[in-house]
Amino acid sequence: MSDVRTINKINRAHRFLTDHLVTGLAVLSTVLVIIPLVAILVYLLYKGTTSLNLAFFTHVPAPVGESGGGMANSIVGSSVVLGLASLMGIPVGISAGVYLAEYGAGTHLGNLVRFTADVLNGVPSIVMGIAAYSLIVMQQKHFSAFAGGVALAIMMVPTVTRTTEEMLATVPHAIREAALGLGVPRWRTIFSVSLRTASPGIITGCMLAFARVAGETAPLLFTAFGNQFWSLNLNEPIAALPLQIYVYAISPYDEWHRLAWAGALVLIVMIMISVTLVRIFADRGILKGNS
Amino acid sequence: MGVGIQVENLNAWYGHTHTLQDINLHIPANHATALIGPSGCGKSTFVRCLNRMHETNPIARATGVVKMGEIDIYKDASPVEIRRRVGMVFQRPNPFPTMSIYDNVASGLKLNGFRNRRVLDEVVERSLKQSALWDEVKNDLRKKSGASLSGGQQQRLCIARALAVDPEVLLMDEPASALDPVSTSKIEDLIFQLKSQYTIVIVTHNMQQAARVAENTGFFLNGRMVEFDSTHKIFTNPSDKRTEDYITGRFG
Repeated sequence: MSDVRTINKINRAHRFLTDHLVTGLAVLSTVLVIIPLVAILVYLLYKGTTSLNLAFFTHVPAPVGESGGGMANSIVGSSVVLGLASLMGIPVGISAGVYLAEYGAGTHLGNLVRFTADVLNGVPSIVMGIAAYSLIVMQQKHFSAFAGGVALAIMMVPTVTRTTEEMLATVPHAIREAALGLGVPRWRTIFSVSLRTASPGIITGCMLAFARVAGETAPLLFTAFGNQFWSLNLNEPIAALPLQIYVYAISPYDEWHRLAWAGALVLIVMIMISVTLVRIFADRGILKGNS
Repeated sequence: MGVGIQVENLNAWYGHTHTLQDINLHIPANHATALIGPSGCGKSTFVRCLNRMHETNPIARATGVVKMGEIDIYKDASPVEIRRRVGMVFQRPNPFPTMSIYDNVASGLKLNGFRNRRVLDEVVERSLKQSALWDEVKNDLRKKSGASLSGGQQQRLCIARALAVDPEVLLMDEPASALDPVSTSKIEDLIFQLKSQYTIVIVTHNMQQAARVAENTGFFLNGRMVEFDSTHKIFTNPSDKRTEDYITGRFG
């Protein structure tokens, strides 16, 4: 009996140590992850806010040699290209995810789609740009906002597809059975019950995909191409924040460098605002639809 | 009103496992029929064959004739139509977590495209009253989610949801096995009231429960129906030795 007690005592000390050690490690890793994020954000705020003024939001870029100018056309252009990309990429991604989770499980086509999505996820973004270039720009013989939207949409699809599939897999079988047992057809069960139950996770996936492509420059280089002037025509080259930041950042002018910082700050804030807005609407159930 | 069910030579498989073998049975209309037997004997598979839920499993299949009134459910109708006429209550309460109490009850109608608000209001109230839940939830119909109720309330919500589509038959697969004794007795009272309007088939592991609620009882063993008779006869004077062994607790 006393032996068991001694062992228990040693074990207790051992468990106490292990518990604190592992907790400590977890906290340390969290801090290590957060430090660079916070550092970037703070530096960006510091560099960006000093160059931000009203003209930045209302003016198009000034010609070389002239001071002032802003990125109004890039802000609008980025919104247009991202809107297009989301309109194309999210429905395709969600549909593919529904197929994988509900119909394609264990089939050859399903495995192929899943494999392709995973590979596509790892393809460098410049390759997506080249793909959209040969698919659309080469055919149309000119750069366009539409081509940029397609390039970003292709990049969104794998993330949206895989999160949709994984989130649908977490919907309990009992919930589907409840709907089927009421005489609800399968397609309706998937749309109004499974997808709706999984919607918080799917929305998070869409937001991740959106935030990721919002900062992409490479796929836009030979698709949206960039534009120093106002344009809302989907068939013409359009300005985009990442492109404008890229052009300004590699320029030799100090003022352009400052504008590039401001652009980067605006881009991050835009992403944060869109993600927050979607979250608010999603929580209010607007995106969940009213059965 | 309920409708009787005639089962002839029903066989069912999961993959290569022959789960139900040559079941023949008549379930009378507007009565409660209990199915008892040890775990894995095929009772659940049997009730799932009565509303064609069995075939939602890709490896499952069934042969034989199941007649609901004049309709052969495997020949004359689609699974979706059958499930609207044969409601089901599952072992674990499974309300839709994203829906309010009201929407849960109305879901069978709403998800099938029915939108008349006034009629929906009436159906929700009637169904919740039938399942004896109305007084407990009438002030939170739209405010609370179905998942926020207690286990026993959730199961009565599921019963209300099944009743809302106005089925003729109600299948209950161990509806009280996940509930405490108070909730269980509420469910049993409910079955007692509902059987005047619906044909009820209840799977149960609890033999007292079968004795309390059902006029007829069937005893299943290893995929076969050993005996089917009035509940009184099954529990006092069974004709088969195996039934007697089971109800006296000698096995299972």
